[in-house]
Amino acid sequence: MPQIDWSSLWNSLSAADRLARRALWGVDGSVALDDLAGGSSLGGRLEELRGRCVFLATRSQLAAALALIELDGVARRIVLCPPDLAAEHVPYVIATAGVDALVSDRAAPDPGESTPGPVVACSLKLAPGAPDRQARLRTEWILMTSGTTGAPKMVVHTLASLAGAMMARGTPVGPALWSTYYDIRRYGGLQILLRATLGGGSLVLSSAGEAMSDFLERAGARGVTHILGTPTHWRSALMSPAAHALKPQYVRLSGEIADQSILDHLRSFYPQAKIVHAFASTEAGVGFEVGDGRAGFPASLVGQTGANVDMKVVDGSLRIRSSRTAARYLGEQSEVLVDAGGYVDTGDMVELRGDRYFFVGRRGGIINVGGLKIHPEEVEAVINTHPGVRVSLVRARKNPITGALVVADVVLNSPPDETKGGAQALQREILEHCRASLPRHKVPAVVNFVVSLAMAASGKIARRNA
Amino acid sequence: MSVRSTVLEQFKLVAKEQDKTLAPLTDDLVLLESGLDSLCFAIIVARLEDALGVDPFSATAEANFPVTLGDFIQFYEDAAN
Repeated sequence: MPQIDWSSLWNSLSAADRLARRALWGVDGSVALDDLAGGSSLGGRLEELRGRCVFLATRSQLAAALALIELDGVARRIVLCPPDLAAEHVPYVIATAGVDALVSDRAAPDPGESTPGPVVACSLKLAPGAPDRQARLRTEWILMTSGTTGAPKMVVHTLASLAGAMMARGTPVGPALWSTYYDIRRYGGLQILLRATLGGGSLVLSSAGEAMSDFLERAGARGVTHILGTPTHWRSALMSPAAHALKPQYVRLSGEIADQSILDHLRSFYPQAKIVHAFASTEAGVGFEVGDGRAGFPASLVGQTGANVDMKVVDGSLRIRSSRTAARYLGEQSEVLVDAGGYVDTGDMVELRGDRYFFVGRRGGIINVGGLKIHPEEVEAVINTHPGVRVSLVRARKNPITGALVVADVVLNSPPDETKGGAQALQREILEHCRASLPRHKVPAVVNFVVSLAMAASGKIARRNA
Repeated sequence: MSVRSTVLEQFKLVAKEQDKTLAPLTDDLVLLESGLDSLCFAIIVARLEDALGVDPFSATAEANFPVTLGDFIQFYEDAAN
Protein backbone atom coordinates (compact mmCIF):
# COMPACT_ATOMS: atom_id res chain seq x y z
CA MET A 1 0.00 0.00 0.00
CA PRO A 2 1.44 3.37 -0.95
CA GLN A 3 1.60 5.86 1.87
CA ILE A 4 -1.73 7.62 2.14
CA ASP A 5 -1.59 11.35 2.64
CA TRP A 6 -4.69 11.87 4.70
CA SER A 7 -4.76 15.64 4.22
CA SER A 8 -6.88 15.26 1.10
CA LEU A 9 -7.92 12.86 -1.62
CA TRP A 10 -6.08 14.93 -4.23
CA ASN A 11 -2.85 15.10 -2.22
CA SER A 12 -2.80 11.36 -1.89
CA LEU A 13 -3.72 10.39 -5.41
CA SER A 14 -1.41 12.95 -6.98
CA ALA A 15 1.68 12.01 -4.96
CA ALA A 16 4.80 12.01 -7.12
CA ASP A 17 4.78 9.87 -10.25
CA ARG A 18 1.47 8.32 -9.46
CA LEU A 19 -0.80 10.06 -11.94
CA ALA A 20 0.50 8.78 -15.24
CA ARG A 21 -1.63 6.45 -17.30
CA ARG A 22 -4.50 6.53 -14.84
CA ALA A 23 -8.05 7.48 -15.71
CA LEU A 24 -11.68 7.46 -14.74
CA TRP A 25 -14.07 6.18 -17.40
CA GLY A 26 -17.77 6.91 -17.31
CA VAL A 27 -20.54 6.04 -19.73
CA ASP A 28 -20.40 9.70 -20.78
CA GLY A 29 -16.67 10.22 -21.22
CA SER A 30 -13.34 9.82 -19.52
CA VAL A 31 -10.76 11.92 -17.71
CA ALA A 32 -7.06 11.19 -17.33
CA LEU A 33 -6.03 11.83 -13.75
CA ASP A 34 -2.91 13.79 -14.67
CA ASP A 35 -5.09 16.26 -16.59
CA LEU A 36 -6.57 17.24 -13.22
CA ALA A 37 -3.18 18.65 -12.18
CA GLY A 38 -3.63 21.45 -14.67
CA GLY A 39 -7.38 21.67 -14.97
CA SER A 40 -10.61 21.80 -13.05
CA SER A 41 -14.01 20.23 -13.53
CA LEU A 42 -15.43 23.13 -11.56
CA GLY A 43 -14.60 25.75 -14.18
CA GLY A 44 -11.85 27.28 -12.07
CA ARG A 45 -14.32 28.21 -9.32
CA LEU A 46 -12.96 25.90 -6.62
CA GLU A 47 -11.91 28.84 -4.46
CA GLU A 48 -15.54 29.98 -4.15
CA LEU A 49 -16.34 26.67 -2.49
CA ARG A 50 -13.55 26.77 0.08
CA GLY A 51 -14.92 26.28 3.60
CA ARG A 52 -18.46 25.76 2.35
CA CYS A 53 -20.96 22.95 2.77
CA VAL A 54 -21.47 21.71 -0.78
CA PHE A 55 -24.51 19.83 -2.01
CA LEU A 56 -23.14 17.61 -4.78
CA ALA A 57 -26.00 16.76 -7.12
CA THR A 58 -24.84 15.52 -10.51
CA ARG A 59 -26.45 13.28 -13.04
CA SER A 60 -23.08 11.89 -14.10
CA GLN A 61 -21.11 9.65 -11.76
CA LEU A 62 -17.92 10.76 -13.47
CA ALA A 63 -18.71 14.41 -12.78
CA ALA A 64 -19.35 13.50 -9.14
CA ALA A 65 -16.02 11.69 -8.91
CA LEU A 66 -14.13 14.67 -10.33
CA ALA A 67 -15.86 17.08 -7.97
CA LEU A 68 -15.09 14.87 -4.97
CA ILE A 69 -11.40 14.78 -5.89
CA GLU A 70 -11.33 18.57 -6.09
CA LEU A 71 -13.49 19.33 -3.06
CA ASP A 72 -11.92 17.09 -0.41
CA GLY A 73 -9.73 19.23 1.85
CA VAL A 74 -11.26 22.38 0.40
CA ALA A 75 -14.96 22.21 1.24
CA ARG A 76 -16.03 22.05 4.88
CA ARG A 77 -18.60 19.44 4.08
CA ILE A 78 -19.66 17.52 0.96
CA VAL A 79 -23.20 16.16 0.85
CA LEU A 80 -23.27 13.29 -1.65
CA CYS A 81 -26.67 13.21 -3.26
CA PRO A 82 -27.51 9.68 -4.46
CA PRO A 83 -29.26 9.54 -7.84
CA ASP A 84 -32.49 8.23 -6.35
CA LEU A 85 -32.88 10.82 -3.58
CA ALA A 86 -36.56 11.76 -3.72
CA ALA A 87 -37.16 15.42 -4.57
CA GLU A 88 -39.40 15.76 -1.52
CA HIS A 89 -36.43 15.04 0.79
CA VAL A 90 -34.02 17.50 -0.82
CA PRO A 91 -35.09 20.57 1.22
CA TYR A 92 -34.74 18.56 4.45
CA VAL A 93 -31.25 17.40 3.49
CA ILE A 94 -30.17 20.90 2.51
CA ALA A 95 -31.46 22.41 5.75
CA THR A 96 -30.14 19.68 8.04
CA ALA A 97 -26.67 19.64 6.55
CA GLY A 98 -26.43 23.44 6.48
CA VAL A 99 -25.76 23.49 2.74
CA ASP A 100 -24.45 26.83 1.42
CA ALA A 101 -23.29 25.89 -2.08
CA LEU A 102 -24.44 23.69 -4.94
CA VAL A 103 -22.35 21.76 -7.44
CA SER A 104 -24.40 20.40 -10.31
CA ASP A 105 -23.96 19.26 -13.90
CA ARG A 106 -27.51 20.16 -14.85
CA ALA A 107 -28.22 23.10 -17.11
CA ALA A 108 -30.64 24.44 -14.54
CA PRO A 109 -30.72 23.11 -10.99
CA ASP A 110 -34.03 21.63 -9.85
CA PRO A 111 -36.24 24.21 -8.10
CA GLY A 112 -36.09 22.13 -4.89
CA GLU A 113 -32.32 22.49 -4.86
CA SER A 114 -32.34 26.17 -4.10
CA THR A 115 -29.41 26.76 -1.80
CA PRO A 116 -27.81 29.86 -0.40
CA GLY A 117 -24.36 30.63 -1.78
CA PRO A 118 -22.71 29.89 -5.09
CA VAL A 119 -24.01 27.49 -7.72
CA VAL A 120 -21.06 25.95 -9.52
CA ALA A 121 -21.32 23.91 -12.69
CA CYS A 122 -19.39 20.67 -12.85
CA SER A 123 -18.21 19.53 -16.26
CA LEU A 124 -16.27 16.66 -17.78
CA LYS A 125 -14.51 19.29 -19.92
CA LEU A 126 -11.72 20.49 -17.66
CA ALA A 127 -11.12 24.23 -17.53
CA PRO A 128 -7.40 24.93 -17.92
CA GLY A 129 -5.48 26.38 -14.99
CA ALA A 130 -3.94 24.96 -11.84
CA PRO A 131 -6.38 25.40 -8.97
CA ASP A 132 -5.06 25.95 -5.48
CA ARG A 133 -5.80 22.56 -3.97
CA GLN A 134 -4.07 23.20 -0.70
CA ALA A 135 -5.96 21.22 1.90
CA ARG A 136 -6.87 23.40 4.86
CA LEU A 137 -9.79 21.43 6.20
CA ARG A 138 -10.63 17.91 7.21
CA THR A 139 -13.70 17.71 5.01
CA GLU A 140 -16.79 15.92 6.29
CA TRP A 141 -18.37 13.57 3.77
CA ILE A 142 -22.12 13.18 4.26
CA LEU A 143 -23.52 9.91 2.95
CA MET A 144 -27.13 8.87 2.88
CA THR A 145 -28.18 5.41 3.94
CA SER A 146 -30.10 3.19 1.56
CA GLY A 147 -33.06 0.95 2.10
CA THR A 148 -34.89 3.15 4.54
CA THR A 149 -38.27 4.74 4.08
CA GLY A 150 -38.99 8.33 4.98
CA ALA A 151 -36.30 10.96 5.15
CA PRO A 152 -32.81 9.58 4.55
CA LYS A 153 -30.38 9.26 7.42
CA MET A 154 -27.28 11.36 6.90
CA VAL A 155 -24.07 9.78 8.08
CA VAL A 156 -20.88 11.75 8.75
CA HIS A 157 -17.57 10.35 7.51
CA THR A 158 -14.11 11.72 6.74
CA LEU A 159 -11.60 10.55 4.17
CA ALA A 160 -9.80 8.72 6.99
CA SER A 161 -12.87 6.79 8.15
CA LEU A 162 -13.91 6.01 4.57
CA ALA A 163 -10.50 4.79 3.48
CA GLY A 164 -9.56 3.14 6.77
CA ALA A 165 -10.27 -0.34 5.46
CA MET A 166 -7.66 0.13 2.76
CA MET A 167 -4.96 0.21 5.37
CA ALA A 168 -5.95 -3.30 6.37
CA ARG A 169 -4.19 -6.33 5.00
CA GLY A 170 -5.17 -7.99 1.80
CA THR A 171 -6.29 -4.94 -0.14
CA PRO A 172 -5.14 -5.27 -3.72
CA VAL A 173 -2.81 -2.46 -4.74
CA GLY A 174 -1.03 -1.33 -7.86
CA PRO A 175 -2.31 -0.63 -11.34
CA ALA A 176 -5.62 -2.39 -10.81
CA LEU A 177 -8.52 -1.40 -13.04
CA TRP A 178 -11.51 -1.26 -10.76
CA SER A 179 -15.19 -1.21 -11.49
CA THR A 180 -18.44 -1.47 -9.62
CA TYR A 181 -22.11 -1.85 -10.39
CA TYR A 182 -22.72 0.45 -7.43
CA ASP A 183 -23.18 4.18 -7.70
CA ILE A 184 -20.13 5.88 -6.19
CA ARG A 185 -22.36 8.17 -4.15
CA ARG A 186 -23.27 5.23 -1.97
CA TYR A 187 -20.93 3.69 0.56
CA GLY A 188 -20.15 0.54 -1.43
CA GLY A 189 -19.37 2.40 -4.63
CA LEU A 190 -17.44 5.12 -2.82
CA GLN A 191 -15.17 2.45 -1.35
CA ILE A 192 -14.25 1.45 -4.89
CA LEU A 193 -13.64 5.04 -6.03
CA LEU A 194 -11.27 5.45 -3.09
CA ARG A 195 -9.56 2.12 -3.62
CA ALA A 196 -8.96 2.97 -7.25
CA THR A 197 -7.79 6.54 -6.69
CA LEU A 198 -5.80 6.10 -3.45
CA GLY A 199 -4.47 2.67 -4.38
CA GLY A 200 -2.85 3.76 -7.63
CA GLY A 201 -5.43 2.31 -10.01
CA SER A 202 -8.09 3.43 -12.46
CA LEU A 203 -11.85 3.04 -12.47
CA VAL A 204 -14.71 2.25 -14.86
CA LEU A 205 -17.94 3.77 -13.56
CA SER A 206 -21.41 2.36 -14.06
CA SER A 207 -24.43 4.42 -14.95
CA ALA A 208 -27.96 4.17 -13.61
CA GLY A 209 -29.68 4.01 -16.99
CA GLU A 210 -27.27 1.58 -18.60
CA ALA A 211 -28.31 -2.01 -19.34
CA MET A 212 -26.34 -4.65 -17.46
CA SER A 213 -25.03 -6.20 -20.67
CA ASP A 214 -23.83 -2.82 -22.01
CA PHE A 215 -22.00 -2.14 -18.75
CA LEU A 216 -20.38 -5.58 -18.76
CA GLU A 217 -19.25 -5.12 -22.38
CA ARG A 218 -17.81 -1.71 -21.56
CA ALA A 219 -16.01 -2.95 -18.42
CA GLY A 220 -14.77 -6.02 -20.26
CA ALA A 221 -13.49 -4.00 -23.21
CA ARG A 222 -11.45 -1.80 -20.84
CA GLY A 223 -10.01 -4.89 -19.19
CA VAL A 224 -11.41 -4.42 -15.70
CA THR A 225 -9.50 -6.53 -13.19
CA HIS A 226 -11.26 -5.79 -9.90
CA ILE A 227 -15.02 -5.52 -9.64
CA LEU A 228 -17.57 -5.14 -6.85
CA GLY A 229 -21.33 -5.53 -6.57
CA THR A 230 -24.14 -6.86 -4.42
CA PRO A 231 -25.14 -10.52 -4.74
CA THR A 232 -28.21 -9.22 -6.61
CA HIS A 233 -25.95 -7.36 -9.07
CA TRP A 234 -23.93 -10.52 -9.57
CA ARG A 235 -26.94 -12.80 -10.10
CA SER A 236 -28.14 -10.35 -12.70
CA ALA A 237 -24.69 -10.16 -14.32
CA LEU A 238 -24.38 -13.93 -14.55
CA MET A 239 -27.69 -14.04 -16.41
CA SER A 240 -26.22 -11.82 -19.10
CA PRO A 241 -24.38 -13.31 -22.08
CA ALA A 242 -21.95 -10.40 -21.64
CA ALA A 243 -20.74 -11.85 -18.33
CA HIS A 244 -18.10 -13.61 -20.44
CA ALA A 245 -16.72 -10.23 -21.48
CA LEU A 246 -15.27 -9.84 -17.98
CA LYS A 247 -12.01 -11.52 -17.02
CA PRO A 248 -11.69 -10.36 -13.44
CA GLN A 249 -8.84 -11.24 -11.08
CA TYR A 250 -10.79 -10.05 -8.09
CA VAL A 251 -14.52 -10.27 -7.50
CA ARG A 252 -16.02 -8.66 -4.43
CA LEU A 253 -19.53 -8.91 -3.00
CA SER A 254 -21.06 -6.68 -0.36
CA GLY A 255 -24.27 -4.99 0.66
CA GLU A 256 -26.38 -8.12 1.03
CA ILE A 257 -25.87 -11.61 2.38
CA ALA A 258 -23.55 -13.57 0.09
CA ASP A 259 -25.03 -17.04 0.24
CA GLN A 260 -23.19 -20.21 -0.70
CA SER A 261 -25.04 -20.47 -3.98
CA ILE A 262 -23.83 -17.15 -5.45
CA LEU A 263 -20.29 -17.75 -4.15
CA ASP A 264 -20.23 -21.15 -5.88
CA HIS A 265 -21.64 -19.75 -9.11
CA LEU A 266 -19.00 -17.02 -9.23
CA ARG A 267 -16.25 -19.50 -8.42
CA SER A 268 -17.20 -21.71 -11.36
CA PHE A 269 -17.86 -18.80 -13.73
CA TYR A 270 -14.64 -16.91 -12.95
CA PRO A 271 -12.26 -19.68 -11.88
CA GLN A 272 -9.24 -17.39 -12.19
CA ALA A 273 -10.63 -14.77 -9.80
CA LYS A 274 -10.21 -14.31 -6.10
CA ILE A 275 -13.72 -14.11 -4.70
CA VAL A 276 -14.21 -12.09 -1.57
CA HIS A 277 -17.33 -11.16 0.30
CA ALA A 278 -17.21 -8.24 2.65
CA PHE A 279 -19.38 -6.90 5.38
CA ALA A 280 -19.78 -3.15 5.26
CA SER A 281 -22.45 -0.62 6.05
CA THR A 282 -22.69 3.14 5.65
CA GLU A 283 -22.63 3.57 9.41
CA ALA A 284 -20.25 0.82 10.52
CA GLY A 285 -17.80 1.03 7.64
CA VAL A 286 -16.02 -2.04 6.36
CA GLY A 287 -16.16 -4.68 9.09
CA PHE A 288 -14.29 -7.57 7.57
CA GLU A 289 -13.79 -9.54 4.42
CA VAL A 290 -13.89 -13.27 3.83
CA GLY A 291 -11.90 -14.94 1.08
CA ASP A 292 -12.30 -18.65 1.72
CA GLY A 293 -15.26 -19.04 -0.63
CA ARG A 294 -17.62 -20.02 2.15
CA ALA A 295 -20.74 -18.15 3.24
CA GLY A 296 -20.68 -16.57 6.67
CA PHE A 297 -17.53 -15.64 8.57
CA PRO A 298 -15.23 -17.33 11.08
CA ALA A 299 -16.46 -17.04 14.67
CA SER A 300 -12.88 -16.22 15.66
CA LEU A 301 -13.34 -12.71 14.20
CA VAL A 302 -15.79 -11.92 16.99
CA GLY A 303 -14.35 -10.92 20.35
CA GLN A 304 -10.79 -10.54 19.10
CA THR A 305 -8.94 -7.86 20.99
CA GLY A 306 -6.32 -5.57 19.58
CA ALA A 307 -7.64 -6.01 16.05
CA ASN A 308 -8.37 -3.07 13.74
CA VAL A 309 -12.02 -3.84 14.16
CA ASP A 310 -13.73 -5.05 17.33
CA MET A 311 -16.89 -7.06 16.83
CA LYS A 312 -19.39 -8.47 19.26
CA VAL A 313 -22.80 -10.06 19.03
CA VAL A 314 -25.49 -8.69 21.33
CA ASP A 315 -29.04 -10.07 21.25
CA GLY A 316 -28.19 -11.73 17.95
CA SER A 317 -27.10 -8.58 16.15
CA LEU A 318 -23.59 -7.79 15.00
CA ARG A 319 -21.93 -4.73 16.57
CA ILE A 320 -18.78 -3.15 15.23
CA ARG A 321 -16.26 -0.70 16.63
CA SER A 322 -13.39 0.66 14.56
CA SER A 323 -11.81 3.80 13.24
CA ARG A 324 -13.83 3.23 10.08
CA THR A 325 -17.21 3.73 11.65
CA ALA A 326 -19.00 6.96 10.87
CA ALA A 327 -18.76 9.76 13.41
CA ARG A 328 -22.46 10.46 13.88
CA TYR A 329 -25.76 11.15 12.19
CA LEU A 330 -26.66 14.68 11.18
CA GLY A 331 -29.88 16.18 12.44
CA GLU A 332 -31.18 17.19 15.83
CA GLN A 333 -33.61 14.37 16.39
CA SER A 334 -31.33 11.69 15.12
CA GLU A 335 -30.64 8.58 17.07
CA VAL A 336 -27.31 7.70 18.59
CA LEU A 337 -25.02 6.09 16.03
CA VAL A 338 -22.56 4.51 18.46
CA ASP A 339 -23.28 3.08 21.90
CA ALA A 340 -21.40 4.02 25.07
CA GLY A 341 -18.70 1.50 24.26
CA GLY A 342 -18.19 2.99 20.80
CA TYR A 343 -19.94 0.16 18.94
CA VAL A 344 -22.31 0.59 15.99
CA ASP A 345 -25.30 -1.75 16.08
CA THR A 346 -25.52 -2.94 12.48
CA GLY A 347 -29.06 -4.37 12.83
CA ASP A 348 -27.78 -7.39 10.93
CA MET A 349 -28.74 -10.59 12.73
CA VAL A 350 -26.22 -13.44 12.91
CA GLU A 351 -26.40 -17.03 14.10
CA LEU A 352 -23.52 -19.21 15.26
CA ARG A 353 -23.36 -22.62 13.57
CA GLY A 354 -20.27 -24.57 14.49
CA ASP A 355 -17.21 -22.36 14.14
CA ARG A 356 -18.87 -19.86 11.82
CA TYR A 357 -21.36 -17.06 12.04
CA PHE A 358 -24.02 -16.76 9.34
CA PHE A 359 -26.11 -13.73 8.55
CA VAL A 360 -29.78 -14.54 8.91
CA GLY A 361 -31.34 -11.20 8.00
CA ARG A 362 -32.14 -7.70 9.15
CA ARG A 363 -33.68 -6.91 12.48
CA GLY A 364 -37.21 -5.80 11.75
CA GLY A 365 -37.48 -7.83 8.54
CA ILE A 366 -38.72 -10.72 10.60
CA ILE A 367 -41.78 -12.74 9.66
CA ASN A 368 -43.83 -13.92 12.62
CA VAL A 369 -45.64 -17.23 12.05
CA GLY A 370 -47.77 -18.00 15.07
CA GLY A 371 -45.15 -16.50 17.38
CA LEU A 372 -42.19 -18.16 15.68
CA LYS A 373 -39.79 -15.72 14.08
CA ILE A 374 -38.29 -16.19 10.65
CA HIS A 375 -35.68 -14.19 8.76
CA PRO A 376 -36.63 -14.19 5.06
CA GLU A 377 -32.97 -14.27 4.03
CA GLU A 378 -32.40 -17.55 5.84
CA VAL A 379 -35.16 -19.22 3.82
CA GLU A 380 -33.97 -17.59 0.58
CA ALA A 381 -30.48 -18.99 1.15
CA VAL A 382 -31.94 -22.52 1.21
CA ILE A 383 -34.21 -22.00 -1.81
CA ASN A 384 -31.32 -20.50 -3.78
CA THR A 385 -29.29 -23.71 -3.41
CA HIS A 386 -31.86 -25.61 -5.48
CA PRO A 387 -30.24 -26.12 -8.89
CA GLY A 388 -33.28 -24.84 -10.79
CA VAL A 389 -33.45 -21.55 -8.88
CA ARG A 390 -31.82 -18.29 -9.95
CA VAL A 391 -32.95 -16.11 -7.07
CA SER A 392 -35.80 -15.87 -4.60
CA LEU A 393 -37.62 -13.40 -2.40
CA VAL A 394 -39.30 -14.64 0.75
CA ARG A 395 -42.03 -12.51 2.24
CA ALA A 396 -44.88 -12.60 4.71
CA ARG A 397 -48.40 -13.33 3.65
CA LYS A 398 -51.20 -12.42 6.00
CA ASN A 399 -53.00 -15.41 7.41
CA PRO A 400 -56.10 -15.63 9.60
CA ILE A 401 -54.80 -18.65 11.51
CA THR A 402 -51.17 -17.91 12.29
CA GLY A 403 -51.05 -14.16 11.65
CA ALA A 404 -48.62 -14.67 8.79
CA LEU A 405 -47.16 -17.37 6.62
CA VAL A 406 -43.95 -17.58 4.66
CA VAL A 407 -44.33 -17.42 0.88
CA ALA A 408 -41.61 -17.38 -1.75
CA ASP A 409 -41.37 -15.66 -5.12
CA VAL A 410 -38.89 -17.63 -7.18
CA VAL A 411 -37.07 -16.79 -10.43
CA LEU A 412 -36.06 -19.97 -12.26
CA ASN A 413 -32.99 -20.55 -14.39
CA SER A 414 -35.21 -21.93 -17.13
CA PRO A 415 -38.93 -22.66 -17.53
CA PRO A 416 -40.20 -25.81 -15.74
CA ASP A 417 -39.71 -29.00 -17.72
CA GLU A 418 -43.16 -30.11 -18.92
CA THR A 419 -41.97 -33.69 -19.38
CA LYS A 420 -41.13 -33.80 -15.67
CA GLY A 421 -44.46 -32.58 -14.37
CA GLY A 422 -44.08 -28.89 -15.11
CA ALA A 423 -44.50 -26.07 -12.62
CA GLN A 424 -46.43 -28.08 -10.05
CA ALA A 425 -43.80 -30.79 -9.77
CA LEU A 426 -41.03 -28.22 -9.51
CA GLN A 427 -42.90 -26.31 -6.78
CA ARG A 428 -43.21 -29.54 -4.80
CA GLU A 429 -39.53 -30.28 -5.36
CA ILE A 430 -38.48 -26.87 -4.05
CA LEU A 431 -40.68 -27.35 -0.99
CA GLU A 432 -39.12 -30.78 -0.36
CA HIS A 433 -35.72 -29.16 -0.70
CA CYS A 434 -36.70 -26.61 1.99
CA ARG A 435 -38.13 -29.26 4.30
CA ALA A 436 -34.86 -31.16 4.20
CA SER A 437 -33.03 -28.35 6.00
CA LEU A 438 -35.55 -26.00 7.59
CA PRO A 439 -37.96 -26.34 10.50
CA ARG A 440 -41.52 -26.64 9.23
CA HIS A 441 -42.68 -23.12 10.09
CA LYS A 442 -39.87 -21.70 7.92
CA VAL A 443 -40.85 -23.71 4.85
CA PRO A 444 -42.88 -21.56 2.44
CA ALA A 445 -46.58 -22.37 2.36
CA VAL A 446 -46.70 -21.27 -1.26
CA VAL A 447 -44.05 -21.03 -3.98
CA ASN A 448 -44.81 -18.63 -6.84
CA PHE A 449 -42.75 -18.60 -10.01
CA VAL A 450 -42.07 -15.05 -11.21
CA VAL A 451 -40.17 -13.67 -14.18
CA SER A 452 -38.02 -11.25 -12.20
CA LEU A 453 -37.63 -9.53 -8.85
CA ALA A 454 -37.44 -5.79 -8.43
CA MET A 455 -34.01 -4.40 -7.64
CA ALA A 456 -33.80 -1.19 -5.60
CA ALA A 457 -31.51 1.67 -6.65
CA SER A 458 -29.08 0.48 -4.00
CA GLY A 459 -28.51 -2.72 -5.98
CA LYS A 460 -30.27 -4.83 -3.40
CA ILE A 461 -33.46 -6.85 -3.83
CA ALA A 462 -36.36 -4.54 -3.10
CA ARG A 463 -38.03 -5.59 0.13
CA ARG A 464 -41.33 -3.96 0.87
CA ASN A 465 -40.59 -3.38 4.54
CA ALA A 466 -36.84 -2.90 4.27
CA MET B 1 -63.32 -29.60 -9.39
CA SER B 2 -65.95 -29.04 -6.70
CA VAL B 3 -65.24 -27.03 -3.56
CA ARG B 4 -65.58 -30.24 -1.55
CA SER B 5 -62.99 -32.16 -3.53
CA THR B 6 -60.61 -29.17 -3.59
CA VAL B 7 -60.80 -28.91 0.20
CA LEU B 8 -60.32 -32.65 0.72
CA GLU B 9 -57.39 -32.71 -1.66
CA GLN B 10 -55.64 -29.91 0.27
CA PHE B 11 -56.21 -31.68 3.61
CA LYS B 12 -54.55 -34.80 2.24
CA LEU B 13 -51.72 -32.96 0.53
CA VAL B 14 -50.83 -30.79 3.51
CA ALA B 15 -51.03 -33.76 5.90
CA LYS B 16 -48.59 -35.61 3.69
CA GLU B 17 -46.24 -32.64 3.34
CA GLN B 18 -46.29 -32.00 7.07
CA ASP B 19 -45.91 -35.67 7.94
CA LYS B 20 -49.17 -35.81 9.87
CA THR B 21 -51.43 -38.84 10.25
CA LEU B 22 -54.83 -37.77 9.05
CA ALA B 23 -58.00 -39.14 10.65
CA PRO B 24 -60.62 -40.50 8.21
CA LEU B 25 -62.16 -37.50 6.45
CA THR B 26 -65.81 -37.71 7.38
CA ASP B 27 -68.15 -34.73 7.64
CA ASP B 28 -68.47 -35.10 11.41
CA LEU B 29 -64.69 -35.16 11.97
CA VAL B 30 -63.81 -32.47 14.52
CA LEU B 31 -61.08 -30.37 12.90
CA LEU B 32 -58.95 -30.22 16.03
CA GLU B 33 -58.97 -34.02 16.14
CA SER B 34 -58.05 -34.41 12.48
CA GLY B 35 -54.33 -34.77 13.21
CA LEU B 36 -53.56 -31.36 11.71
CA ASP B 37 -52.21 -28.45 13.75
CA SER B 38 -52.62 -24.70 13.31
CA LEU B 39 -49.71 -24.37 10.88
CA CYS B 40 -51.36 -27.02 8.68
CA PHE B 41 -54.66 -25.14 8.74
CA ALA B 42 -52.88 -21.88 7.99
CA ILE B 43 -51.34 -23.45 4.90
CA ILE B 44 -54.63 -25.02 3.81
CA VAL B 45 -56.41 -21.66 4.12
CA ALA B 46 -53.70 -19.91 2.05
CA ARG B 47 -53.75 -22.55 -0.69
CA LEU B 48 -57.55 -22.63 -0.81
CA GLU B 49 -57.54 -18.87 -1.24
CA ASP B 50 -55.29 -19.33 -4.28
CA ALA B 51 -57.40 -22.21 -5.64
CA LEU B 52 -60.90 -20.88 -4.93
CA GLY B 53 -60.29 -17.14 -4.75
CA VAL B 54 -61.87 -16.82 -1.32
CA ASP B 55 -60.70 -16.68 2.28
CA PRO B 56 -63.89 -16.94 4.37
CA PHE B 57 -61.85 -16.76 7.59
CA SER B 58 -60.75 -13.22 6.80
CA ALA B 59 -63.85 -12.20 4.88
CA THR B 60 -66.45 -13.03 7.47
CA ALA B 61 -67.33 -11.19 10.63
CA GLU B 62 -69.18 -14.31 11.65
CA ALA B 63 -68.16 -15.56 15.07
CA ASN B 64 -68.86 -19.20 14.28
CA PHE B 65 -65.77 -20.66 12.80
CA PRO B 66 -66.15 -24.21 11.50
CA VAL B 67 -65.78 -26.99 14.03
CA THR B 68 -66.18 -30.10 11.93
CA LEU B 69 -64.91 -30.93 8.48
CA GLY B 70 -68.50 -30.68 7.23
CA ASP B 71 -68.72 -27.14 8.63
CA PHE B 72 -65.40 -26.28 7.02
CA ILE B 73 -66.53 -27.43 3.57
CA GLN B 74 -69.84 -25.61 3.99
CA PHE B 75 -67.93 -22.48 5.05
CA TYR B 76 -66.03 -22.49 1.75
CA GLU B 77 -69.04 -23.48 -0.35
CA ASP B 78 -71.00 -20.52 1.05
CA ALA B 79 -68.10 -18.14 0.44
CA ALA B 80 -67.45 -19.39 -3.07
CA ASN B 81 -71.05 -18.91 -4.18
